[in-house]
Amino acid sequence: MSSETKILTTDGIPLEVSLKKAERKNKIKAFALVAPLLLFLVITYIFPIGEMFTRSIDDKMITNMLPKTFKEMENWNGKELPSEEVFSSFYYDYKALVEKQEHGKLGQRLNKEKNGFNSTTKRLFRSIKRKKIDENASIKEQMMKVHKNWGNVEYWQAIKRTAPPYTLAKYLKGMDMYYAPDGSIVQVDEDRRIHRILWLRTLEIAFFVTLFCFLMGYPIAHLLATLPMKYSNLLMICVLLPFWTSLLVRTASWMILLQQQGVVNDFFVMIGLVADDNRPEMMYNKVGTYVAMTQILLPFMVLPLYSVMKTISPSLMRAGKSLGGTPFVAFWKVYFPLTIPGIGAGCLLVFILAIGYYITPALVGGASGTLISNQIAFHMKQTLDWSFASAMGLMLLTGVLVIYWIYNKLVGVDNIKLG
Amino acid sequence: MALPSYTETRYKIWHYFYLAVCAFVFFFLIAPLFVIFPLSFNAEEFLVFSEGMKNLDPDAFSLRWYKDMIYGTKNPWGLAAKNSFIIAIFATIGSIILGTLAALGLSSRHMPYKGIIMATLISPMIVPLIISGVAIFFFMAKVGLAATHTGIVFAHIILGTPFVVITVTATLSGFDHSVTRAAASLGSNPVNTFMKITLPLILPGVISGGLFAFVTSFDEVVVVLFLAGLENTTIPVQMWTGLREQLSPTILAVATCLIILSTLILISAELLRRRSERLRGINR
Repeated sequence: MSSETKILTTDGIPLEVSLKKAERKNKIKAFALVAPLLLFLVITYIFPIGEMFTRSIDDKMITNMLPKTFKEMENWNGKELPSEEVFSSFYYDYKALVEKQEHGKLGQRLNKEKNGFNSTTKRLFRSIKRKKIDENASIKEQMMKVHKNWGNVEYWQAIKRTAPPYTLAKYLKGMDMYYAPDGSIVQVDEDRRIHRILWLRTLEIAFFVTLFCFLMGYPIAHLLATLPMKYSNLLMICVLLPFWTSLLVRTASWMILLQQQGVVNDFFVMIGLVADDNRPEMMYNKVGTYVAMTQILLPFMVLPLYSVMKTISPSLMRAGKSLGGTPFVAFWKVYFPLTIPGIGAGCLLVFILAIGYYITPALVGGASGTLISNQIAFHMKQTLDWSFASAMGLMLLTGVLVIYWIYNKLVGVDNIKLG
Repeated sequence: MALPSYTETRYKIWHYFYLAVCAFVFFFLIAPLFVIFPLSFNAEEFLVFSEGMKNLDPDAFSLRWYKDMIYGTKNPWGLAAKNSFIIAIFATIGSIILGTLAALGLSSRHMPYKGIIMATLISPMIVPLIISGVAIFFFMAKVGLAATHTGIVFAHIILGTPFVVITVTATLSGFDHSVTRAAASLGSNPVNTFMKITLPLILPGVISGGLFAFVTSFDEVVVVLFLAGLENTTIPVQMWTGLREQLSPTILAVATCLIILSTLILISAELLRRRSERLRGINR
């Protein structure tokens, strides 16, 4: 645009500039309203999740404990026994740790890397306490005399492996793999692959719970959407009351229903399905997890389906039928395709919620019905291996975020309907 | 759902099958809640229906578990209920304030990066609770708020705001912005306009978001299990411990009270939704 044709506002500023200015002011105003919550979430939530990542790869403990040793080790080829300098710098590092009383931690951590390290370092500790080591003579030879393992190159290789301040070992552990002594990645023995079983089971349970919710939710959402308002409002209570009721209350009711002397088993005995002395175990296994999770997550399937079906005009089905389609054909070719957005929303929501479920599997799942979340909680509370819990949590989170991203693309987060 | 008289038999059969499936699903959804109710009046200590209860013998029913819940010496329910209400009320207030402000900003058509910011604000609802629990625990432990009411309130504000943001944004989507411009042209300042014009109109959405936030906090156990010390125990934590360790009928008495509470919340949420739809002129 040339300068002559520029439109000016009354105070002589070009209109374009003036508009941009006003626009920017509005943008800042809008952003200022969002800022408090955004800032709050970033500080207390998003940032700590990022911190889980640094925690999960953190391996600085030994790096900081043996600074001199790792410096000397840079000149070591890693194949034969290290030189006198490496031995003596390890000795001085270790002596410093003994003075700070932190040598025990080092022994334990190294023992994870190579079995037998704990006793090897303890032997050295005792010799230092009794002042048996002559610091003017060759420390290498004296250490090898203290414990024969110091003469074994594999132990020194194990120390060297702990040198980098960061490690992906926790992530490998989460997939049942580990670093072999030569640094390559190997899988654990087949009978010890517990985590892979858990990942698969989590996916399996989330998938089938989603499927069951869909199979049960679709008919009732259809009924609710097509019934006259006064009936559907009444039936809607059946969906909304469980939705608003405490998760623990619902889990408790399933524990009562599914126990061996419970109502469901009583009913099976009454109709002669099972013998009274041979009541099946329906809780503390997968059955319990499936049944309870399906009932608990069903409202999350019904509500999005219902809100989509409500918008479909009944005349469409009539048109399909009048054009010669049987009710089945009319349903399949006309109605069903129109409900696909609702199906997508419901299934993704239920799947996302199911994959991270914790409380219900922990209470009714027993050993064969627990999920990956339960394993994370176990490591947070029992083994206190927080970096492993963080690694597993982030692996789960990655999966959930991928689904969330798909959900956002397909449905849009601003289209989530509640109640 | 009466079928026209000319319907073929096989479609009639299919239709009744469909109704039967629906009846089964509704039963599956609602029936478990009604098991708790009679069992909480059990005179015995077991969580099964006794012979007396099956025969409707009045002696088989009693209020002893309700008395135990309120007066029982070893029962922590009093403290738990107090904590639960305090935490939930403050978390709700915090969620409403932060969430409503954010929703107002997000609904402005000038808002930059709307998609990504909305996705971030909703994320606590999507991220598995166990991960939120771990992350929030690390943060609270670092700033020294672990095992305090304040820490739990903050945690519940994080989990509660997405609901307020969603409901208020939904209410604002049908909001006629010309009324605020009218107010401004008549000389009202923005705060006054908000309090006198905007807030009354979006109030149903704000309150129903607040109800969600309240229920989320009141029912939340995963994060509290990470954060709470003995002093900060809440009703869900007590139920969790009870269900894991000694399954006593007192839990069922508490559960019955919770079901009554959720019924009240459901009724208020439904009334609000209808009022909101009426105000926004949506008549379905």
